[in-house]
Amino acid sequence: MSFEVPQFSPALPEMFVLAMACLVLVLDLFLNDRTRVVTYLLSQATLVGAAVLSLGQYGAGTAVTFSGMFVADDVGHVLKAFIYLTVFLAFLYSRDYLRVRELLRGEFFVLGLFAVLGMMVMISARNLLLVYLGLELLSLSLYALVAFNRDSSQASEAAMKYFVTGALASGMLLYGMSMLYGATGSLDLARVAESTAAGEGGLVFQFGLVFLVVGIGFKFGAVPFHMWVPDVYEGAPTPVTLFVGSAPKVAAFAMVIRLLAEGLGGLQPHWEGLLVVLVILSLAVGNVIAIAQTNLKRMLAYSTISHMGFLLLGVLSGTAMGYSAAMFYAVTYALTAAGGFGMIILLSRNGFEADRLEDFRGLGARSPWFAFIMLVLMFSMAGVPPTVGFYAKLAVLQAAVGADLVWLAVVAVVFSVIGAFYYLRVVRLMYFEPAQDAAPLEAGGDLRLVISANGLALLALGIFPGALFAVCNSAFGL
Amino acid sequence: MEQAIFYFFSAVLIFAAGMVITARNPVHAVLFLVLAFFTSAALWLLLEAEFLAIVLVLVYVGAVMVLFLFVVMMLDINLAPLREGFARYLPVGVLVLALVVLEMVLVVGPRLFGAEAVTVPARQAAEYSNTETLGELLYTVYVYPFEVASVILLVAIVAAIALTLRRRPGTLKQEVGRQVAANRGERVRLVRMAAERSKR
Repeated sequence: MSFEVPQFSPALPEMFVLAMACLVLVLDLFLNDRTRVVTYLLSQATLVGAAVLSLGQYGAGTAVTFSGMFVADDVGHVLKAFIYLTVFLAFLYSRDYLRVRELLRGEFFVLGLFAVLGMMVMISARNLLLVYLGLELLSLSLYALVAFNRDSSQASEAAMKYFVTGALASGMLLYGMSMLYGATGSLDLARVAESTAAGEGGLVFQFGLVFLVVGIGFKFGAVPFHMWVPDVYEGAPTPVTLFVGSAPKVAAFAMVIRLLAEGLGGLQPHWEGLLVVLVILSLAVGNVIAIAQTNLKRMLAYSTISHMGFLLLGVLSGTAMGYSAAMFYAVTYALTAAGGFGMIILLSRNGFEADRLEDFRGLGARSPWFAFIMLVLMFSMAGVPPTVGFYAKLAVLQAAVGADLVWLAVVAVVFSVIGAFYYLRVVRLMYFEPAQDAAPLEAGGDLRLVISANGLALLALGIFPGALFAVCNSAFGL
Repeated sequence: MEQAIFYFFSAVLIFAAGMVITARNPVHAVLFLVLAFFTSAALWLLLEAEFLAIVLVLVYVGAVMVLFLFVVMMLDINLAPLREGFARYLPVGVLVLALVVLEMVLVVGPRLFGAEAVTVPARQAAEYSNTETLGELLYTVYVYPFEVASVILLVAIVAAIALTLRRRPGTLKQEVGRQVAANRGERVRLVRMAAERSKR
């Protein structure tokens, strides 16, 4: 048989991350607890190096390689860059937390890097096989990370629930993919796109589509496939919650774009209806149940569910404007979530988790600066101007209105007003309630500096959203 | 002839699969699963997919099922409590199942995936090697997914070790080398002491 050696250069970031992850894995064996900082630094260097490689390819057009299974385009480069950034933040926020609790083992960073690799594979997938493999690589790393604190029964329970629901979701996704394969005889998404555009297959496509959307709903944590989200967020160690709650949302967005927008673009009227149901239920259940939570991690879990509803609202309109708005939403949400869980880490100390709402009581008096950062984070999640969350919501709503879904936009606005209640409650607790806990913050200088930068970046992006909007728009050819 | 063989193996397969879920004794269920794997391997052989057939026997029967058998024998699960609500929920379950099957047949029935919808593949020549072709494809066209799959296995190893390996300080263990190398002088000390006398 004749075979042309594929072009390797578009996959350079993937190869770099894989090589470095293996290097870190082996090197870590020779380090002890005192020198473990080398593992951490190398992992961060890997992310920086990958960012340089990915952004170096930005603007170079679309490259397809590995027999049409791998695609490197601007959407991919931008999403990958944001994944490196959020994982960089996650590693940075986690280090002290893990060290103090004697959880700082090299595997945390190795599994984190492999999860990054899985997300990169998903983002660059142009074949159903690779969407699935990337997702499995990501999920497997996340299951292990959730169970990372193996002496905690709560974490083990969370990991078990995550594993079982995740396996079910993978099964659903695979079943849907097998239907697409049965209808087209190919796993290539470009080939699938051709036959949906030509209107072939008919009912089998729609049948497979239902299972694909169910699988996607599970991975997003959209209602009614959200059961795992609160338990996993609450049970996992906070740095892992931070990891699970930020970067994988960007990868899930990429999966939706590759599967629904690019692969099944011809079936947009069909999946629009399915997504409308997910959006309305996610917004309603997420925002209403979050009000009843007293645990901040659980509250943020329900808040994630409602945010995923907003993200899918951008996708379902099926226009380039909607995809661009959803991309803006995904990347800014990942940054906001990283900051939110980072604040819990900042306030925690050994033997004490600041994951209850009560723990934020009187923070305004204890530490005015970090109370302000938390205020920015909460405003951004609620969508209060001038934070970036406002523009993200505005863009998504504009896209929905542009696609003649005014009623859905109204529903989304109503529920985000309801959602504002529980975000503002945190602000009220911080500023208008006396402090119960007067202990000084123990966090290190790097954590304080970066979380401040994280909060200020949300403010800066809210005041000057133009550049990021332009990047998202140009990625979808607007 | 070939059809007769096919029907024979299919019948055994369906019987074995049914027994897997109805057998009362879990060990019997596992053994029936082994039978099911063997017969499906035979069906694959009929389809000229000899590599898959051999891998199924080697990996599933040879490794996975043996492990499974070990676990079933070691755990000694009492299945009676697991079956408790079975009869009570049976009508609802059967109803839902029937509806789902009906819907699926209506949507993706035989008219789309039936024998008429698929062209019969041509028979390969006698010297055609399925294994060789698969190997060639795996390392050329499918090299990227192949590598990603290998990374998934690596992650599984790392995760399994990270979650189970514990270094317990203070556990006692034998060092066979030192035990064997020990001589009498290290272990036995002869002490000379004066004979004791009873006091008056």
